[in-house]
Amino acid sequence: MSTKILFDRIDEPGLNTLPVYERRGGYESLRKALSMPPEDVLSQLMDSNIRGRGGAGFPMGRKVSFLPHGDMDKYLVCNADESEPGTFKDRELMQKTPHMLIEGIMIAAYAGGISRAFIYIRGEYQLQADILEAAIAEAANAGYIGERILGSDFSCSLVLHRGAGAYICGEETGLLDSLEGKRGNPRLKPPFPAIEGLYAGPTLINNVETLSTAPAIIRMGGAEYAKHGTETSTGTKLISISGDVKRPGNYEIELGIPSREIIYGLAGGPPSGKKVKFWFPGGSSSPVLTGDDLDIPYDFDSMAKAGTMLGSGAIIIADESRRVLDTMLKVVKFYAHESCGKCVPCREGTNWTHKMVQRIYAGEATPMDLDIMASVQEQIIGNCLCVLGDAMAMPVGSMVKKFRAELEAEIEAARERADHAAVEDVVALGVADEHAGPLPVH
Amino acid sequence: MSFGDRRTSPDLTGDLQWRRGEDLRDPENARFRVPRFGHGSRVPGWDEAVDLTKDPAVIPDPATTPVPEELRREIEELMAKYPDRRSASIPALHAAQAVHGWCSPQAIDQVACVMRLTPAYLTSVASFYDMFKLTPKAHNDVFVCTNISCSLLGADEFHEAMVAAAEGEDINVASFECLGACDIGPMASVNGEYVGPLQLADAAQIVEDLRAGRPVLAAKQLRYRRCQDPDVQAEGDDFGPPSDAPRADTAGLTHLEAKTDRPGEEGAPTEIPPQTKDDA
Repeated sequence: MSTKILFDRIDEPGLNTLPVYERRGGYESLRKALSMPPEDVLSQLMDSNIRGRGGAGFPMGRKVSFLPHGDMDKYLVCNADESEPGTFKDRELMQKTPHMLIEGIMIAAYAGGISRAFIYIRGEYQLQADILEAAIAEAANAGYIGERILGSDFSCSLVLHRGAGAYICGEETGLLDSLEGKRGNPRLKPPFPAIEGLYAGPTLINNVETLSTAPAIIRMGGAEYAKHGTETSTGTKLISISGDVKRPGNYEIELGIPSREIIYGLAGGPPSGKKVKFWFPGGSSSPVLTGDDLDIPYDFDSMAKAGTMLGSGAIIIADESRRVLDTMLKVVKFYAHESCGKCVPCREGTNWTHKMVQRIYAGEATPMDLDIMASVQEQIIGNCLCVLGDAMAMPVGSMVKKFRAELEAEIEAARERADHAAVEDVVALGVADEHAGPLPVH
Repeated sequence: MSFGDRRTSPDLTGDLQWRRGEDLRDPENARFRVPRFGHGSRVPGWDEAVDLTKDPAVIPDPATTPVPEELRREIEELMAKYPDRRSASIPALHAAQAVHGWCSPQAIDQVACVMRLTPAYLTSVASFYDMFKLTPKAHNDVFVCTNISCSLLGADEFHEAMVAAAEGEDINVASFECLGACDIGPMASVNGEYVGPLQLADAAQIVEDLRAGRPVLAAKQLRYRRCQDPDVQAEGDDFGPPSDAPRADTAGLTHLEAKTDRPGEEGAPTEIPPQTKDDA
């Protein structure tokens, strides 16, 4: 049995209410944190070496330490706009143990000297938002949120903000614009949000899972938490497995275990004994891996070494009966739809890639299109304000690279189908009768 | 033809698919009748300059913009939650959409009036986000996720079945990007309530449940799903779903009596007045 830090007895009835959470020792970590100076709380977070769970994997403690000191309006934004395809871990946390997130937010706010906190939740999560709203009201009534929390000098407010369905608002600066009531367009960085973020004030932005871990870090001590996982990827991680597996769902694992153990051990592998053809190790933005890569340890650095990324910890499995082209179309269509349109390489690159994939289906593509497609991806990466374009370019580029033979065969097959259809059209029109010999193809 | 007609025209980005050989510019083609200028385009031509004698749309005058008292209070409460009132624009549009059924010109005007923002600004926000609809829509929403995981498990087929089952009903079926519930794929969000894994036969059941006004596919709702981690499951069988949270799935029907801005509907304005002077 592996360690459960976030998922510890998460299905307990009524855990979403304050009495049950308090009975299990809830808000004790906040009490403990408030009895320490903020610098000590920060050093505990630094010692834990926990890396951001939203996708980028930046150490949380360092992010807090970037905030300027002094008496000013500082903001904390919890990124609950979980819209990376394949990811659904935050949903389970917010639905079942919302108070853990609230406690974590208050601890992080105390460490950073923050007085205003926001949770930006995606608009589609209505059930989770309702539960969180009820939990925030409960916690505020009990004195865990608001003025002079638990009799200390620390005050912090917390507001739940519902989004309205835009993937780009999961990007931190797009999220800030959206929270300010604008269209969710990403901003130029630097200045980074830690210096100039929400309402142009210093802002700490963290994922739901990262913040939910803070109470455990304070309870266990940062050094103790760092003993879990590997040296550079400490702690436990929630992973979401979906697609062709027997038991899709959220699992809490220690970072560094072999991927095969997750895919076959926990999730049961593809149904009816098929082999894994390709899989996304960290959401649809991560370059795909093949069935040969199942023994790579599941942690931030090993995934980076394998040319992909751990991202949000969302594993999508496709078995050998699946066509790469179909998944490619879904990926490309998604990013073309969600591109905010601010930067040209992303706006045009995603749309043209979508058109090129459609050309393959229509039988109008040649193998040369794959080269063009690959070069388009190279032109996108690193040339935009945010990484939405890169998030399409990386998986598509890796699919072209790793499944080129299959894609070329698809192109040929589609061309042949289109040619046949064209000949049949001509025959149907009766033009064929005028030909003396066999029909010229093309 | 004026711009005013545009709001009642069919949503071209919706289920209308271009068929091979169909001429989109053919004015006789009823499927694609779109308000057009004399030269056939949907936008003014180079020779039809913007009328510079007209003033740009300003913040609506409270004296001439009636706002339902409840909506006004809700928006004012929302604005008070943020250091900058602009931050409330997305929640306020949610509130207005719940009252009006869609982000109609009146809804936008009312929000703009209470928030002291221009309708243009709010329209720019509303048009960015997928959950706001700037064209009239049905009361009930069924969003079928057709992203990677769900489509691997047959979401596209379910979407087709759902469209067929909802034919002629007061249901807006849309294929949606990842809704964050790949573990129950293929899945759908019915008026905000997540249901899955779905089979083709569930499409008819969803329609029936919505018509009867009862919880949709109660046995397949996400709120009752347990954590899949085997070590967590070992903790005991007394799992309690968060039943005290408000239900979303019948929300569309409870609002049926509410006054909505759908043209042609009883109680709705027969003709939508121009939103701004420029629109006339």
